[in-house]
Amino acid sequence: MSQPTDKRRRTFLAGAAGATVATVAPGMVLQSIATAKPRDTAVTDKARYGMLIDTTKCADGCNDCVTACEKENGLDLLSKPEGASDEQWDMQRPRWIRTVGLRNNLTGRVTRLPMMCQHCEKPPCVDVCPTGASFQRADGLALVDRHTCIGCRYCMMACPYNARSFIHESIEIKSTAVPRGKGCVESCTLCVHRLDQGGTTTACQDACPHNAIVFGDLNDPNSEVSKAMAKQPTVQIRDDLNLNTGVRYTDV
Amino acid sequence: MKKIHYREWGIEGPRYWGLLAVLAAIIAVAGFATLHMEHEGHWVTGMNNQIVWGTPHVFAIFLIIAASGALNVASIASVFGQQMYKPLARLSALMAITLLVGGLLVLVLDLGQPSRLIVAMTTYNFKSIFAWNIYLYVGFIAIVVVYLFTMMERKANKYTHGVGIFAFVWRLALTTGTGSIFGFLVARQGYDAAIMAPMFIIMSFAYGMALYLLVLMFTFNTDERPLGDHVLRKLKNLLGVFVAAIFYFTLVYHLTNLYGTENHAYEAFILREGGVYTWTFWLGWVLLGMIVPMGILFHPGLGMQRGAITIAALLVVFGGLAALYVIVIGGQAFPLNMFPSHTIIESAYYDGVDGMARAYSPSLPEVLLGIGGVALALMVTFIGVRILKFLPVSLADEVADPHHAS
Repeated sequence: MSQPTDKRRRTFLAGAAGATVATVAPGMVLQSIATAKPRDTAVTDKARYGMLIDTTKCADGCNDCVTACEKENGLDLLSKPEGASDEQWDMQRPRWIRTVGLRNNLTGRVTRLPMMCQHCEKPPCVDVCPTGASFQRADGLALVDRHTCIGCRYCMMACPYNARSFIHESIEIKSTAVPRGKGCVESCTLCVHRLDQGGTTTACQDACPHNAIVFGDLNDPNSEVSKAMAKQPTVQIRDDLNLNTGVRYTDV
Repeated sequence: MKKIHYREWGIEGPRYWGLLAVLAAIIAVAGFATLHMEHEGHWVTGMNNQIVWGTPHVFAIFLIIAASGALNVASIASVFGQQMYKPLARLSALMAITLLVGGLLVLVLDLGQPSRLIVAMTTYNFKSIFAWNIYLYVGFIAIVVVYLFTMMERKANKYTHGVGIFAFVWRLALTTGTGSIFGFLVARQGYDAAIMAPMFIIMSFAYGMALYLLVLMFTFNTDERPLGDHVLRKLKNLLGVFVAAIFYFTLVYHLTNLYGTENHAYEAFILREGGVYTWTFWLGWVLLGMIVPMGILFHPGLGMQRGAITIAALLVVFGGLAALYVIVIGGQAFPLNMFPSHTIIESAYYDGVDGMARAYSPSLPEVLLGIGGVALALMVTFIGVRILKFLPVSLADEVADPHHAS
């Protein structure tokens, strides 16, 4: 004797199975994407990243590296807090790279160059940070761990290059690659988010129309940056401090 | 010398509560100012990416070094065995704690992320003098609490000398650590000098003594307790000597800088061309903070007048804030010397175009936070002397002077 099929039960089971797939599948897909690159492998000191800036090529009036950096690192997403004056905002907004013009006091010769975090081998910002939030990666990058930065700004006092910025305002929109938050310190990362995804260039280098910026692995004698450095005399800014900076300049 | 009796601060209730209410109101205003700064972010302050430490740091560092200086009186009694200072020791230790708490609170509330204080207490980078200072400050409070206990509990009196020596050494380390926050900064022309540590120690002696004298005179006057000339003469002379010592260190610091050409621009900035910093240096730090108080304290007539001593002590406090303003903010306002033998002619980040100083003007919330720290230190001190026996009943000459002819 056949009994009538309980269709409600079937519908429920089918629905439940569908819902389970819909819930679990995206996670599994994301998991496979997330593990596609070995992000859990520690960075080694095999490479030391740095750059060479040829100041003879840095052209007057050009600001392309600055614009590219601001776009890449989400600095262009920030806006002046309501009530702040333009002058105040200009002094308080973060800047990772800026152009500086110098005149030699004796000869009057003018040099133009971009300044940013110099990624010292022995960074004073790392020395002074009470919590270790300012840290140096094995590949030479001087970075800030924004989970442990308490916003004391001692690193900014210690940096000889005026390279660091403090986030003075609430952040409304931020880039997913370069998150930031009010009350923490930050500075140039040499586009670490690109490097960690297999990238080999920085935004400022890509943007420079004059090829004044060469980025790469200083430990690899065959890298473009090492070859460029071998060809001509280079200097580090404030070499009296003996910090062995990763960013070098020609003709200063 | 007679036996010393201590008693709680006995001013009438309405006066006492009125005083606390005023201080509490100041602290509440400071609290609101802090909430405003934390909620909005530091853009509402005068601080920026070049002047990263502003007025709160001036107050905080002043209170922290004054705290270790306030302990001097107790140290003179229990470390150097000067009997006259013994009755003064309890208040000295109490103020060492309260001033430090006030200073630390200002420091912590000015952090970009004050809620992460727990991170600062649990994650350390031991190469940082800041991390060391966290231990030095917290340790100082703990040691002085024990020190106070040995002074106030008869059975523990025998340990006072030992604990006192430990506290004395610790307070020297603490101020060395505070001075080294600046002394260790190789990047900046005005800092990076070993003399910063001993200069901060000697500043702490004077500022702590000035605040101690003011609180002692205030609590004794309002409670109509006798405060003899003998005690006052000793304390005001000590204050004068400490101020003279700051004068010496200031002189040596600038003379050393003036000798080396590399520091000439910095010295010209502070001593001659720095605008508000030059004025604050000469008028605040040197004239009103050192020369006038020394003139008063060592003057044969004025030096023994209580009103004049009060003014001298107030001027030393004012001079201390001026000195720290010049050190903390003036030191940052002078541009970094990134390119020696070059003049910066353009910069989008305030690198000191044509040697121009970086701009800073203190904002109201910053000043309120700083004053709130002072008010808190005073409030806790007044509560302390009210509920426990910190103050001797009398410091009249026949009680306090061991050589008094009775």
